[in-house]
Amino acid sequence: MVAAEALDSTVHKILNSREKERKHLIPILQDIQKEYGYLSKENMIRISEYLEMSPNEVYGVASFYQQFKFIKPGKHIISVCLGTACFVKGGNVLAETVRTKLGIEPGETTEDGLFSFERVACLGCCALSPVVQIDNEIYGQVKPSKLLRLIERMIKKEKSEEASK
Amino acid sequence: MTQADSLSRFSQTTILICKGTGCVSTKSDEISEEFEEQLKNFNLQDKVKVDFTGCHGFCAQGPIVIVEPEGIMYAQVKTPNVAKIVASHLKDGTPVEELFFVDPKLNKRIGKYNEIDFYSKQTRMILGNCGHINPENIDDYIETGGYSGLRNALEKTPEEIIKIIKDSGLRGRGGAGFSTGLKWQFCHNAPGSQKYVICNADEGDPGAFMDRSLLEADPHSVLEGMIIGAFAIGASHGIIYVRAEYPLAIKRFTRALETATELGFLGDNILNSGFSFDISVHEGAGAFVCGEETALMASIEGERGNPRTRPPYPATSGLWGNPTNINNVKTWASAAWIFKNGWEKFHEIGVENATGTAIFSLTGKVKNLGLIEVPMGTPLKEIVYDIGGGILDDRDFKAVQTGGPSGGCLPPSHLDSPVDFETMAASGSIMGSGGMIVLDETNCMVKLAHYFLTFTQAESCGKCIPCRIGTRAMLLILDKIITGKGEDKDLMLLEELAYTVKMGSLCALGQTAPNPVLTTLKYFRNEYQSHIFDKRCIAKDCQDLINYVIDESLCNGCTTCARNCPVNAITGEKGQVHFIDTSECVKCGICYSSCPKTAIYKEDRPFEVIEQ
Repeated sequence: MVAAEALDSTVHKILNSREKERKHLIPILQDIQKEYGYLSKENMIRISEYLEMSPNEVYGVASFYQQFKFIKPGKHIISVCLGTACFVKGGNVLAETVRTKLGIEPGETTEDGLFSFERVACLGCCALSPVVQIDNEIYGQVKPSKLLRLIERMIKKEKSEEASK
Repeated sequence: MTQADSLSRFSQTTILICKGTGCVSTKSDEISEEFEEQLKNFNLQDKVKVDFTGCHGFCAQGPIVIVEPEGIMYAQVKTPNVAKIVASHLKDGTPVEELFFVDPKLNKRIGKYNEIDFYSKQTRMILGNCGHINPENIDDYIETGGYSGLRNALEKTPEEIIKIIKDSGLRGRGGAGFSTGLKWQFCHNAPGSQKYVICNADEGDPGAFMDRSLLEADPHSVLEGMIIGAFAIGASHGIIYVRAEYPLAIKRFTRALETATELGFLGDNILNSGFSFDISVHEGAGAFVCGEETALMASIEGERGNPRTRPPYPATSGLWGNPTNINNVKTWASAAWIFKNGWEKFHEIGVENATGTAIFSLTGKVKNLGLIEVPMGTPLKEIVYDIGGGILDDRDFKAVQTGGPSGGCLPPSHLDSPVDFETMAASGSIMGSGGMIVLDETNCMVKLAHYFLTFTQAESCGKCIPCRIGTRAMLLILDKIITGKGEDKDLMLLEELAYTVKMGSLCALGQTAPNPVLTTLKYFRNEYQSHIFDKRCIAKDCQDLINYVIDESLCNGCTTCARNCPVNAITGEKGQVHFIDTSECVKCGICYSSCPKTAIYKEDRPFEVIEQ
């Protein structure tokens, strides 16, 4: 399995770029997640071996912070901001829109692996509220109908790509 | 004041495009490229310079384009507008009026940004450079007097620096308002050869973006403050703890570190003073509790972000047991300002016991949303009505929420009270780090308290019982109340629990978590009572207590609602009046906010239905 070996060497690279010190645990977790999108059990075990601590402790730290994910995220990530500014301007209606449209709860991924749905506490764009982030793009002053159109457009695009394969 | 000063900087016509997070999300990068392109088309590329700035604080009007030195501001610029600006304004000298900002109060277009109420009624000191300099260009910062404060400070003794900060009256801008001078002194006096300074940029308060904007728009001011502080304290290493959700702030601050090191403001033997200091960036991994000093340090050490009991305070035993001084982003930037402009000037602004300015992110139901800076002691009314332009759609003002999940809601009767640490605390809220959310009659205060408690409950680290279980028990009661299942005894129990959590919790997260509940109980008790006794939400905001209904006289049968309804609860032929089946409706509110005719309204659910 060439792919698995390639994965291995990436993890090694990330680990070896930092010294074996406890203070590097969170930065290492962040680097691994940046690379793979989530923290797999195997990778957390590798980190624990590198830093000479128990895998439990690694998971204990990782699970404390919201940034870290333990299941593979979907191809597209839809994050609905539920910071106070967005909340008072109907952010919860947007969350409800995504939930009903995709049929998944926050933190879940659709069965086809295309979409993950996240709720975020604040994206720091409060003056544009309500805000939704799709992949790396931020959309401000979003209405449910606009959000539905955005999602439908993505689904359509994915389907046509699938068909042309 | 500083806005006017900075105007003299431009010797040639310069187009400043805002590239803060807000404006980037509205495609300011494309606007920038288009300007370059169009200037070439009109052969103006040598006469007009295109540059960018950080956040102006007026994000809702983004993307913002400013033409200097005239000071003309274009709001909500779209790519196709660029050619017109270049042709009419830059080539022929006639500004494009139709792209000016429309003042919501006067209903008039205003071209000069310093004539817009949103800016002219502010006192922009700490934010003075924001939106006026290129944050990635250290020369811009130096041109406006940057790093002159550091030179000043390095000629003084640490004791003299601490005295200046004390004399300025500066208090921590992170929320608690502790004297910065005293804090520095404690750390300075603490024994130990290795000391740290930390910049707390873990802006976890949902609904606040002051620290992000400042780091994105003027990173050197924060950096300069940290260097001055480190020199006074005797720290050789600094850390900035920034939320990973703020990639642009991280990028700009990192860039500032590099350029400052190149010019000798940072690193070994700073400006030949013999003082050496470096700074590293630590990305926070998303935990609200890490805004608390001891939790933040645990996180830097690679642990779970659990707070610990104090004493010992970080000033004597902080990061890895060494004396550590932690200040908020705005506090560091204020320190730099004080050394650049003199402590007397800082002391002149504001009120007794609260000098200088307060920075707020003004959001919610006001017309002008954005980042604002006012002297301490400014009445709330001036912020909401003069700078904020009043309530959206001219609805009634209901409350202003400050301090985020740790703060409280103040009712209309407090509109005249000044914004300062003590006054806010006396009314049950807190000054906080700077979140200010305005609420109108359509916001339910019980639901808001429920919202904040959901947040703090989820963010409670779980170490101490009052916070972990107390907030959970409170949340369950609020759950009951907003779904119409509240009972007579609930309010008493809720209050009792709130005081227990407040008094028994280990850190500030738990100690302040009940504030949103306590202040709403104090000022908006009638709303709780109507939820419990009448099963009615006065603001018609709680979904379990309302029905959505279509007004037959307004519906034109466009089918938008029926197409968007996720549960097919809306029926009707195209061109005919539609109907919502309340037994099928899940109250998601999508139809309500997408109806182009605003034909859908909310009405109270019948008492008997809820009782069942």
